[in-house]
Amino acid sequence: MITIKVIDREGKEHKLETPTDMNLNLMELCKAYELPVEGTCGGMALCSTCHVYVESNTELNEANDDEEDMLDQAFFVEENSRLGCQLKLVDEMDGMVVRLAPESL
Amino acid sequence: MIETDILIIGAGPCGLFTVFEAGLVQLRCHLIDALPQAGGQLTEIYPKKPIYDIPGMPEVLAGDLVKQLMEQIAPFKPGFTLGERAETIEKMEDGRFKLITNRGTVHVAPVIAIAGGLGCFEPRKPPISNIFDFEDKGVEYIIKDPELYRDKQIVIAGGGDSALDWTIFLADVAKEVMLVHRRKGFRGAPDSVAKVMELADAGKIKLITEAEVIGLNGDDRLENVVIKHKRDGESLQKTDHFIPLFGLSPKLGPMANWGLNITKNAIEVNTFDYSTNVEGIFAIGDINTYPGKLKLILCGFHEATLMVQSAWKMLNPDRKLTLKYTTVQGVKGF
Repeated sequence: MITIKVIDREGKEHKLETPTDMNLNLMELCKAYELPVEGTCGGMALCSTCHVYVESNTELNEANDDEEDMLDQAFFVEENSRLGCQLKLVDEMDGMVVRLAPESL
Repeated sequence: MIETDILIIGAGPCGLFTVFEAGLVQLRCHLIDALPQAGGQLTEIYPKKPIYDIPGMPEVLAGDLVKQLMEQIAPFKPGFTLGERAETIEKMEDGRFKLITNRGTVHVAPVIAIAGGLGCFEPRKPPISNIFDFEDKGVEYIIKDPELYRDKQIVIAGGGDSALDWTIFLADVAKEVMLVHRRKGFRGAPDSVAKVMELADAGKIKLITEAEVIGLNGDDRLENVVIKHKRDGESLQKTDHFIPLFGLSPKLGPMANWGLNITKNAIEVNTFDYSTNVEGIFAIGDINTYPGKLKLILCGFHEATLMVQSAWKMLNPDRKLTLKYTTVQGVKGF
């Protein structure tokens, strides 16, 4: 089990515990905890509704072209922007801190 | 005026398969979709992605599944109103529904099946607080008539193919074109990227990368935009038009005002027959919700099938419907 801290759009912190052998990604984890993450496209890197900022120094896989393309169409994109659906949950993420990006209009 | 038995809103896989099931019990269908082509998300968002969970098809590309569904329903001659959004619904005196689209096309049917998927695809709007104030007063999300920009100053924002293509096209039309993009690189079609770079080098367009438009100013009309640069603060750019091109995102749209019970952007249904709280209106596929709902094409097909049985009973209250297998009967078209 690992723990990931998610800060919602109101600034409230949520500690999410999750196993890493279920092939889950961060978007799915947030939805499972009923956090306000839409995940409209179902995890295909096609909508950017799971846009998050990674606020810890966690080593992550590089964003692939699909993810970068989608971030190009998102708003409030920062250096530490990622799509939650492209972050597969692994042991190395224990203690990771992410903040949900604002929703677009 | 278009009259039919089942009016289907949404021409995605679920809406298309409804035509087949309805055809088997001799009900005619007409489909309405806001997109210019049938197929819904499968055609619009991921035509080249393989789908692996359609029974009997180990792997099928989304675009091909739509093609096959179109072939499967062809014998039942469905009608289509494409590129129009279902806007209003009212109940007529004879008990049927009258549905009018945003372009004024009138449809009349006793049964409505909402198979609207994620909703209507609408341009994604940048979260600039006063952007609504300038819509059609200098801000456009879709380019309808390029002549509007002749000899004008324009700012385009975005980094995808449509931002690149319109920058290239409008470079010859507008007085000044500025393209603002959040990153240094572009991932559009390589020749479009090369062409944009060429135009920028030749001084025919202004290319501002690693920057975002974050504010809009003007009295009656848009007068200038605020550009935030990643490295060196903010700048003000005088402009006649601001055209943000950030792709499409789905919105529930006018359906939200039809008196249906809605939770979390989905329509509540009874799993007996996927009926909504309004008699005669059903909701199937990704647009509906019920305990245990799974947003799968497979489940949408099942929902469509059961929904059609109830629709038939509504339309034929004195008759009895017996299930006939296609293996026995074959498929008799209209």
